[in-house]
Parts: sequence; C-alpha cells; structure tokens
Amino acid sequence: MNKVFKNAEEATFDIKDNMTLMLGGFGLCGIPENCISALVKMEVTGLICISNNAGVDDFGLGLLLKKRQIKKMISSYVGENAEFERQMLSGELEVDLIPQGSLAERCRAGGAGIPAFFTPAGYGTEVATGKEVREFNGKPHILESALTADFAIVKAWKGDKFGNLIYKGTARNFNPPMAMAGKITIAEVEELVAPGVLDPNYIHTPGIFIQRIFQGDNYEKRIEQRTVRPQRNVE
Amino acid sequence: MLNKEGIAKRIAQELQDGWYVNLGIGIPTLVANYVPSGINVEFQSENGILGMGPFPFDGEEDADMINAGKQTVTLLPGATIFDSATSFAMIRGQHVQLTVLGAMEVSDTGDIANWKIPGKMVKGMGGAMDLVASAENIIVAMMHTNKAGESKLLKSCTLPLTGVKCVKKVITNLAAIEITPDGFKLLERAPGVSVKEIIEATDGRLLVDENIPEMIL
Repeated sequence: MNKVFKNAEEATFDIKDNMTLMLGGFGLCGIPENCISALVKMEVTGLICISNNAGVDDFGLGLLLKKRQIKKMISSYVGENAEFERQMLSGELEVDLIPQGSLAERCRAGGAGIPAFFTPAGYGTEVATGKEVREFNGKPHILESALTADFAIVKAWKGDKFGNLIYKGTARNFNPPMAMAGKITIAEVEELVAPGVLDPNYIHTPGIFIQRIFQGDNYEKRIEQRTVRPQRNVE
Repeated sequence: MLNKEGIAKRIAQELQDGWYVNLGIGIPTLVANYVPSGINVEFQSENGILGMGPFPFDGEEDADMINAGKQTVTLLPGATIFDSATSFAMIRGQHVQLTVLGAMEVSDTGDIANWKIPGKMVKGMGGAMDLVASAENIIVAMMHTNKAGESKLLKSCTLPLTGVKCVKKVITNLAAIEITPDGFKLLERAPGVSVKEIIEATDGRLLVDENIPEMIL
C-alpha cells in the first residue's frame, strides 16, 4: 500500500463536511500547518475538531474558526483565542472543555482499543456531570470514554514511506496519542526520508498507525510566547 | 507584604531534594528562580518535559521547545521529552511530588477554583484538573484578595470548581496558610503584615495560634 501523498491538498482530499478531526499540537507547537491551510482552502464546514488548543486568532485552528468551518471544539485550554471565546460565549460554537490529561488518555484509549477508563480528574466538578462515579482505593473516580476520529492529523519532524515518525522537542505533545486514534491518520512531516534512515530504536510513532504521509513545506512554526534571557556575553 | 517574587521565594522553601515538581503559569513559574542551594529538583512541564531549564538566550529560541505556558524554554542536561499521554501518566500516577498553581478562589476545605467565570471568562482547565486530582502535595500561589479587595480564601468557592479537598497550603502576599480538617490555619505572616490584617482579609474559617511567626525569606 502506498502511503505517500504529494501534498496536503491530496492527503486531505476526502475530508468532508461534518466530520470529526483530531489535530495534534500544543498551542502552536507541533500543529499540522499544511493540512490546516488545505482545510481552509477546501472550505469544509461543520467540523468537530478535537485539539488541545484552538490556535490564535490568525494562525493554527484560529484560521478555521475565523471562517466558521468548525461546529464544535473538544479542547482543554482555549485562552489564547479571542475569536474562539467570542463564538463560544455567544453560543455560535459548541465547546466541550475537558481536562488535558483526560483528553490525552481518551485519544490514547481510542487508539488502544480501550472503550473507557476511570480517572480522578474532574471529580466533584462540572466535568463529572452525568458521568459514572466509582471508588477505587477509597478515592472517587469518574468514567471517561475513549475518543476516535474520522481523520487524525499529526505533524512530525521526520518520517518514512512506511509512516514511521520521529517528533522534535515538545512538538511531540498530543501527536502520538492522536496518531493512534484516527480511522485514517495523516502525518505531515518536515522531512520525508528513505526507509532505513530512521533508527528503529528511536521511532516515536510506528508506521502501523499512519495511513497517509507527505512532506510539508513552508513551516512557519510561529512562536506564541517568545521569552528569552539577554544575549550571552561574548568574551 | 510580599510581591509575586516573594511568594515564589516562600514556596521555594517547601521544595525537597529529589522532588519532581510541576509549576503552573504565573507566580508558580517564578519558583524555579529560587530553588534553595543544596536542593535538586526536576521541573515537569505537562506538555512533555522533565528537566526544564531557563528561558533561552536571545536568538537561541526554538519554536519546538516550549513550556506549558507556551513560552520558549531550554532543556537541562539529562532532560527528557515525552507525549501528553505519558506526561499525564506521570501526574495521575503520582510520580510528581509537588504541584504549584494559581487560583481565583480556595475554600477552607481545600477546594480550588481557577478555570472559569461563567458568562465572562472561559479559558479552560488545561491540565489543572488532572494535577489537583492526583498530586499529593498541592500549594496554591495567589494574592490574598482580588482586585475588588474581596477575599479569595473562602468558606466555599463561588466559581466552578477545579478540584475538591485537594489544596494543602496557600501562600499569599499576606500569609502562609495550611488547610486542616478544621479550616485554614495561619502558619506565618508575611513581613510587616499583622495577624489582624490577615484575619480581616480571610473569609473562610481561620485558626490562629497565639504566636504567629513572621516569614523568613
């Protein structure tokens, strides 16, 4: 089976209105920039997007929000996006906010064939509303269900034609658990390398989880909060 | 009275050698600047770092190396990177010994609210609910009162909760306070702050012994 696609437009060709998508990334770090641009161009709407954050007003998922292509967001933190907050408070956008660890584990569980699990996170809060509570070791836990998606879209540093992936730095974040949970998982990589180049000992996501892969271009990799120390003294 | 740096400095006194520590956004982040000498701790950032270092030098920042506050950071020798599911396995599995985070309200039973003001502000809970539900040792860093001068140390929280009966200590600009089965217990006064001022600024039950020492920073 050929997994290699030419570009984002080709790899996302059959993403349709009202589908559920998982998108990797934490803030703007490790987001599938090329696929997001392709989705904006395709003008698909009614999307349910599962992503830890919602981008900023003019980058990342913020681009899809601005064009009203997203019907519902499932996220843990959305504080960086004013347009998001506006659409949510006005009721235009459906939002399901869930604890970050539960979000990550629900994706992992979805990919690992575990339909639900108990976690202490959110017990006694509005997150627990309507969920089964059970005590383990004297501590209350709530039942959280697994998440899957029509498409999971992840971004990696390097990949090969088998779909084996290596991420760079903290751009790993939600990408590995989400890569496991897509009915179809699309990986965009900065560098598509020949088979055998990646050391099998250092693969983060084994290719079995990846159905499509392409080398993206023009990664902007925008920094959200640039924080630095003064320049090193040169002797 | 303490400023933000002072609060961070006081919290840093709680650190113990060998601990893995998760610092939240805001004042908690500053705690990393005041680790006592002779104490080695490793900072965990829930987006996937153990062994987080200081901000990079100007010109050396890397878009692929950020902390949970989306700030550019560096790694210390021996650091590791991992995915979000693994990160929260560390947190939920109680492998992280101390969590320091900010709050909008804390109750005298140890409940915390810090993620939502209905109808006004909804940023989301991020990793806070997972952190407070699992960490054995949770310290809140915050101002004693809000901008309107109202106490943030309450009998019960009015805002949507982040976690129940979980906070162990609160360090504010006015005091160091412990949560006990009988409510808040005043441990120390901030420099120059009287017991009376602390009592007046605290809405929840507050236990006050006869001699309350002033913090030594």
